[in-house]
Amino acid sequence: MAERSTSFGQRLGPALLDSALAAIIAFALFSLLLGLRTVDNVTGLTLQPRPVLLAVAVGIVFFGRLLLNLFVWHAEYPLTVPFAKLFSRAPFERRDLMVLGGTALAAAIALAASFIFGSAGVELVAGSVLAFLGVGIVRRAIVQLFPDLPYARILTIGGVAFAVLFPICAYLLDQIFHLGLHLRYMFDLSILVLTYIMLGWGLNIVVGLAGLLDLGYVAFYAVGAYTFALLATHFGLGFWICLPIAGAAAALWGIILGFPVLRLRGDYLAIVTLAFGEIVRIVLLNWTEVTNGPNGISGIPNPTFFGLPFTFRGDMTFAGFFGIKYDPLQGMIFLYYVILALALLTNLVTLKLRRLPIGRAWEALREDQIACKSLGINTTITKLTAFAIGAMFAGLAGSFFATRQGFISPESFTFIESAIILAIVVLGGMGSQLGVAIAAIVMVGGFEALRHTEGLRSIFGHGFDPALYRMLLFGIAMVGIMVWRPRGLIGTRSPTIVLDEARPIGGDLVREGRA
Amino acid sequence: MAYFLQQLINGIALGSIYGLIAIGYTMVYGIIGMINFAHGDIFMVGAFIALILFLALLSLGVTMIPLALLIVLVLAMLLTAVWGWTVERLAYRPLRESFRLAPLITAIGMSIVLQNFVQVAQGARVKPLQPVVTGGYTLFEESGFTVTLSNIQILIVVTTLVLMIVFWLIIARTALGRAQRACEQDRLMASLSGVNVDRTISLTFVLGASLAAVAGLLYLLYYGVIDFYIGFIAGIKAFTAAVFGGIGSLPGAMLGGLVIGLIETFWSAYFTIEYKDVAAFSMLAIVLIFFPTGLLGRPEVEKV
Repeated sequence: MAERSTSFGQRLGPALLDSALAAIIAFALFSLLLGLRTVDNVTGLTLQPRPVLLAVAVGIVFFGRLLLNLFVWHAEYPLTVPFAKLFSRAPFERRDLMVLGGTALAAAIALAASFIFGSAGVELVAGSVLAFLGVGIVRRAIVQLFPDLPYARILTIGGVAFAVLFPICAYLLDQIFHLGLHLRYMFDLSILVLTYIMLGWGLNIVVGLAGLLDLGYVAFYAVGAYTFALLATHFGLGFWICLPIAGAAAALWGIILGFPVLRLRGDYLAIVTLAFGEIVRIVLLNWTEVTNGPNGISGIPNPTFFGLPFTFRGDMTFAGFFGIKYDPLQGMIFLYYVILALALLTNLVTLKLRRLPIGRAWEALREDQIACKSLGINTTITKLTAFAIGAMFAGLAGSFFATRQGFISPESFTFIESAIILAIVVLGGMGSQLGVAIAAIVMVGGFEALRHTEGLRSIFGHGFDPALYRMLLFGIAMVGIMVWRPRGLIGTRSPTIVLDEARPIGGDLVREGRA
Repeated sequence: MAYFLQQLINGIALGSIYGLIAIGYTMVYGIIGMINFAHGDIFMVGAFIALILFLALLSLGVTMIPLALLIVLVLAMLLTAVWGWTVERLAYRPLRESFRLAPLITAIGMSIVLQNFVQVAQGARVKPLQPVVTGGYTLFEESGFTVTLSNIQILIVVTTLVLMIVFWLIIARTALGRAQRACEQDRLMASLSGVNVDRTISLTFVLGASLAAVAGLLYLLYYGVIDFYIGFIAGIKAFTAAVFGGIGSLPGAMLGGLVIGLIETFWSAYFTIEYKDVAAFSMLAIVLIFFPTGLLGRPEVEKV
């Protein structure tokens, strides 16, 4: 014990110095941008000082860095070890269990206290800590009990089964027991998440399989959406006829935009695709005669169930045909299944294509373009098919987006959308279908849920609007996850072709940017 | 003719600003081979820092304009350089040995962080600043159209020229410049020869960010309004300029900046202003596809 305390004392000095330096840098960073707020006034802009906010920000940096210095970075026993062990298979030591137990006890006491004194902020923090520990313990227990189960497969099948059953079960439970669930919101959110999963899987073909970094993917999403919207509003065509047309149109654009960039690689390819994405958006914004410019296109019809619309009035409606009571939720559930089917189709096609010669050519192209050429693979065709198929799925998702919203405008197709989709693919672990799905749920679902968390409001005051901070947190998460796990959340995937036994492929083998 | 000359002047002023930002891209790409996607937003942060400094000086009662300009210039360069350093330290250095796409992803993330941080901290509204540098010269008049050269345009071009010469000297003559060029050629070999590679890369970001701060200040003075989103488009145009001039080349970046500025100005003047960004983006695609080595760049030889 004595030895540890001296080493702690020895560490304290440098740790304080380092933290003070970090605080000085934080002060330099925040002094103007955070410490002074520009306010509109009658006479023009004036400054309003915010010393408290600045002090809090600098204080967080100082004490955060101090704690990290003392207990994590240079510590002989970093306090993060037990939590990391919880999510691995490493054996526990006595002190690991003490740290975990102590944390759980403290969180439980804090939670109990928050119930008595009614502090939503403390409740949120303590609850999150307990939930995190709970998930870790359950996961560890399962892994300990059944070490050899095929977890990825179970997670996949379980996830699909849940996705298929979720709306029906939730709807029936709500109908029978009158639980008062916010079904409308739940379905809306799950449709959004599924759309991003589909887009992620689509982009995964281009980025994860063929190794072509595409920062303008949202352009094809826009092409699909506008194709359907224009066909529907000008020619009165329905969703199901337009869906394949929108997919084909987007694929065609994938080839048109893919053709000029065939020679480019890596970062240059990324920046040119970004430029193309922006060009498409600016054209949509300014070509008012066709696209109605910034006002967008409204009155886009909803999809029908084999010709039966989900409306209240009319002779042949879904509810009328089946003799059930009309409920606006039926239309939403149907939309949910449409996007689920489209997303699963994307996944299925990807998995099948990976086994075909073209899929192998994609992966070979990603690994080494020169070797690929030497082996007689036509890189032009290979790249163009990747662009076209990736774009096709974006087009399908786009026309679904148009029908769900009923209204589209160029606002929905900004670069930030492309960045979000790319973030989902990369953070999920390139090439891993399961990882992409998990990343989409975490990134889109998680931040959407943040919007409705009451606890945050009690921490940051009532004027706090989490929606404002959503993109800021999104950016921080993007950087943080990338630095913490550069290979993505699921960094390994099972190989497409196996020789003797299936060994997981490390993410470091899935290289890109070289093709 | 008068109209053409006026557009030429406007284009050169705008091009100088792009050139200053482009230097940051070209130096970083030259040394670590990544597109510092957040550099455009560093420019935006620099513009905001300059705006707040102006307002602060105004409320402190500093009314002598040359003095105020000088203080703002120096402080904005210093503070923005800290931002550039921090971004590199937090988002790029941990991924130095990682795969090539990784720093590009964190760069996009950092770009989102900077934009939204400024939006949250300073509000989403457009921020106006009353004209600081006013006046100008009327060069000549032709059929009712006067060609003017404003003081701010002179200030932009002169500042840019001076900084270009200073930075060119830094790169060509100082130990830091030698270290930087060594890292550009071969990072491993440079480190074996005793060059502190991490420090050199950090300093590259610091230099790039301080030039971006100057560009931000000049942009603020020239247009009089800024918002948190100006960095994205300006950044892409500046990157185009960097590639067009030949990546890794300082004079190339300046030249590319001037060309992009002129193209944009003339496009707006003679064609449609709505599509001026399309012109710049198309230029980017054309340059990258047909002249990937740029005007003053060296061709990249691919080794197997």
